[in-house]
Amino acid sequence: MVLVFAEATNGKFKKAAHEVVTYGAKTAAALGTECVALTLGDVTDAGDLGRFGASKVYNLSAPELATFDGSVYTAAIAGAARQLGAKVIILLHNSTGKNLVGRLAARLDAGSVPGANAIPSTDGGFSVRKSVFSGKAIADVSINTDYKVISLSGNSIPVEESGSAVSVESISVDLPAAKTKVLETKRAEGITPLPEAELVVSGGRGLKGPENWGVIQDLADALGATTACSRPVADVGWRPHHEHVGQTGVAIRPNLYIAAGISGAIQHLAGVNSSKTIVVINKDPEAPFFKAADYGVVADLFDVLPRLTEAIKAHKAG
Amino acid sequence: MKMLVCVSKTPETTTKIQLNGDHSDLDYSGVNYIMNPYDEWYALVRALELKEAAGGSVTILNVGPADNDAVIRKGLAIGADDAIRVDATGGGSLFIAKQIAAQAKAGGYDIIWFGKETIDYNGSEVGAMVAELLDVAYVGEASHLEMNGTTATVTRDIEGGIEIVEVSTPFAISAAKGMAEQRIPNMRGIMMAKRKPLNVVAAEDAAATTSVKSYELPPAKTAVKLIDPENMEELVRLLHEEAKVI
Repeated sequence: MVLVFAEATNGKFKKAAHEVVTYGAKTAAALGTECVALTLGDVTDAGDLGRFGASKVYNLSAPELATFDGSVYTAAIAGAARQLGAKVIILLHNSTGKNLVGRLAARLDAGSVPGANAIPSTDGGFSVRKSVFSGKAIADVSINTDYKVISLSGNSIPVEESGSAVSVESISVDLPAAKTKVLETKRAEGITPLPEAELVVSGGRGLKGPENWGVIQDLADALGATTACSRPVADVGWRPHHEHVGQTGVAIRPNLYIAAGISGAIQHLAGVNSSKTIVVINKDPEAPFFKAADYGVVADLFDVLPRLTEAIKAHKAG
Repeated sequence: MKMLVCVSKTPETTTKIQLNGDHSDLDYSGVNYIMNPYDEWYALVRALELKEAAGGSVTILNVGPADNDAVIRKGLAIGADDAIRVDATGGGSLFIAKQIAAQAKAGGYDIIWFGKETIDYNGSEVGAMVAELLDVAYVGEASHLEMNGTTATVTRDIEGGIEIVEVSTPFAISAAKGMAEQRIPNMRGIMMAKRKPLNVVAAEDAAATTSVKSYELPPAKTAVKLIDPENMEELVRLLHEEAKVI
């Protein structure tokens, strides 16, 4: 059996939860078994996960699960897996997942693949592909143990509907006391976080200063995109660090990445080269980023970005 | 405060990745190695700052072969007191975590530091494994930490925001950007590092739970399509009709 941990934020599922259930259903199909989903805490409409291929949805609710604690969540997920007889455990490679994959693997003495980006291969064993070297290569990793733990990178596979809503069954697991105490959780409202964003508009040193970021923001607003920046821009404080994409910043894999005024150093490319489509705007035709781009515009970004913003608005107005 | 900082050796960030003949491994010829930046810039430096503020010790731990010693010496040059290298090659994440856990248990550390991920395997799982093996708290991708006695207030990065948590020693933590600023070792540090103890210990028996079957390189990009800067309507059309991303 394949057990998928579908994380809800404030009781609701995001697209990533639908991706991970889709992934679990496809993994179960490859193994000739069923996929069940596990939700923790108060969740609205958990049975809806059946639409993405979960044959059953289990919910574990307990006061200890109200805030995140790695030990408590691990006990919940591993306990549910043991109770249900699930040998493959799948979760998302997000901040929650990264706190859990290692713990689950250690607890179950399991082989794990963190950050998988394709459905496992069951051809002669069990192996899962993941990107390594920040996207500069792909490794096919064999898991040699009975229990297997996989975390899926966001935006790696398309969401697919293959069923309909199912019933939700309660499950109970003994939980330990939390080892961390959450004091405060702060999220920017109304903005899709970079790791989950499908559309990203990014600026570099070519913007010349933080006061010029309006041209990036306007384009992002027109597209409904999230804004990002290169490392030098974050280092000098033009933009906040959490916007820095690249090898030592956030690694992203959006459908569309528009880079303006970024030359494309190898460390920057490493964090963005998993983007499906890359548009580069730079007035230097020799900028190395053009070699990694699908579409390029050789021109002054201060001329091009407002024009692109208008064209996007016209397109949206249909 | 007794602290253990776990460090990895990784190819440097500008390395062009190439594969060997049968794609079973990388072609390591000409590759330059560094200490994994998250381990060095953030975990190690914050540990040193805490020691400078409140006393204690900082021990570097690496699981790897003898040619990792240069990277370990760099950590000593930056300011760690001593180092342990568990003599092993490969083994996978859980194997490495079990080696670290054994050393951590023997040493009785208050804080066990990691970088948020290695820039080669991008796993970010070993810290959580060690925490589970030791049954202690773990905070992943932490960008800020303040100690108050044996209690730490830690900020961790979450999607689109932060979460502030409180943990008590002993705990494990992985450091992300924001935790500290990179330190360049000075000549005195480099000279002193040569005399600091680097203890090599044998690995414990543990099974490899994973192994890399093969590697491949991402498909090469086709040549860039240049768009007339005066005609952004054409770019929008291509993004909509050809790339199908808007």
